Amino acid sequence: MSATVITVTSGKGGVGKTTTAANLSVSLAMLGQRVVAIDADIGLRNLDVVMGLENRIVYDLVDAVEGHCRLRQTLIRDKRLSELYLLPAAQTRDKTAVTPEQMVELCDQLRPDFDFILVDSPAGIEQGYRNAVAPADRVLIVTTPEVSAVRDADRIVGLIEADLKGPPSLIINRLNPEMVQRGQMLSMDDVVEILAIDLIGIVPEDKEIIISSNRGNPVALDGKSAAGLAFRNIAGRIMGQDIAFMPLKGGGSVFDRLARFIRG
Amino acid sequence: MSQEQNEKTDAITIRGTSDGLVITLGEGPFGAILSEMKERLESKASFFLGGRVALRVGDRPLSVEQLQALGQAIQECGVTLWAVEGDHPTTQLAVDELGLETHLRSSTLPPPPQPEKIPREEMVGVVVRGTLRSGQAVNHAGHVIIIGDVNPGAEIVASGDVIVWGKLRGIVHAGAIGDEGAVVCALQLVPSQIRIGSHIARPPDRGRLPKDPEIASVQDGGIVVERWEKKR
Repeated sequence: MSATVITVTSGKGGVGKTTTAANLSVSLAMLGQRVVAIDADIGLRNLDVVMGLENRIVYDLVDAVEGHCRLRQTLIRDKRLSELYLLPAAQTRDKTAVTPEQMVELCDQLRPDFDFILVDSPAGIEQGYRNAVAPADRVLIVTTPEVSAVRDADRIVGLIEADLKGPPSLIINRLNPEMVQRGQMLSMDDVVEILAIDLIGIVPEDKEIIISSNRGNPVALDGKSAAGLAFRNIAGRIMGQDIAFMPLKGGGSVFDRLARFIRG
Repeated sequence: MSQEQNEKTDAITIRGTSDGLVITLGEGPFGAILSEMKERLESKASFFLGGRVALRVGDRPLSVEQLQALGQAIQECGVTLWAVEGDHPTTQLAVDELGLETHLRSSTLPPPPQPEKIPREEMVGVVVRGTLRSGQAVNHAGHVIIIGDVNPGAEIVASGDVIVWGKLRGIVHAGAIGDEGAVVCALQLVPSQIRIGSHIARPPDRGRLPKDPEIASVQDGGIVVERWEKKR
């Protein structure tokens, strides 16, 4: 068995790449998969914080690449799931510390021991992005329903296509059904219409995300969170399961809901 | 050397090139040249700001002091002097002494190559299949046909017509080397900006999405968009 390398990227910053990478890693591990999450955001590492493993880092990705330690020594076992590991980024270096070729080699070394390798990409389209995408078998593009985020996602789709990586899949993060209903936010259809790529998940806006990120406890572990369920569903779809998209609860007044019910 | 004062506008030419600005000094007393150059630079200071400039001084002999005065004036306008090209040995020595380049990279600066104007009927078309995404561009000396969408942030520049079998939401320039008779048509024509020849237009800020294919052309000195059905 050889692992599938999945890179999570977006172009724009702050749309939820790291949250998505952390939650998908957790969700896949919950499905019994052997997973390693790689933080490719060298110099601005966050994935360790979101996964709550910050204080366990001894060696990092750059140490492994430069031969200061064995690759195995950089892997931090998750405190909740025994089949989940984190490969942290270096914080005191920058993107130029690693080359795309080295990332490919690093992932190739990990492939035999895992089912999934999730790479959390930095924002942008420069070397950090190229490092993250180089080893990918599959690319997930995260966007929020904002014009600027969609524009950047479109740029990334173009770059991925030029790389002959195969079609990327789309995750729409932080969708607020009520705002969509009021016409204040791009809808799922608006986004998919522009990007014209396969949609693999919609994650509703959820305050829990901020709380859980701060606590280092990904929402996917929380059985009650709507966003957590959305991430678990995406993990299932990655595994090839056929899971229907969640009905997005439109809030609004009783009248609105009645009107929608009548309109069917 | 007896140039009249009112002819001094010819003494200085400022041109933008791929290597930055090039200022050519004409004939005339050094003082007049210097003050005119200052004046010209200052009048467009914000435009030149942060750029770099090369001087071409011809066979005029310039001393280190004179070069320094020129460099100072240039510096004061927020532009950096990087090269001085001159034929006189005195000038060349002075330039060397100041550690500046003595040659512009392209020794003779030809005017930017003007693409050959081909009659529209004889232009060759290029067909692009698939979506043109943000950051992607198609430049072609001829007609451009896109089978797919042109997303916001994408760009098409054609010296002939542009036809988009899909939604055109990016920037499009037809007749890019001056053909005012070029047209742009699309199944849904909603570009962020449309140019035909030397004309530029943008859609109204709160325009409705057209449901039918449309064609844009230049009429009476402006870009006009019409429904294809009507125009046919």
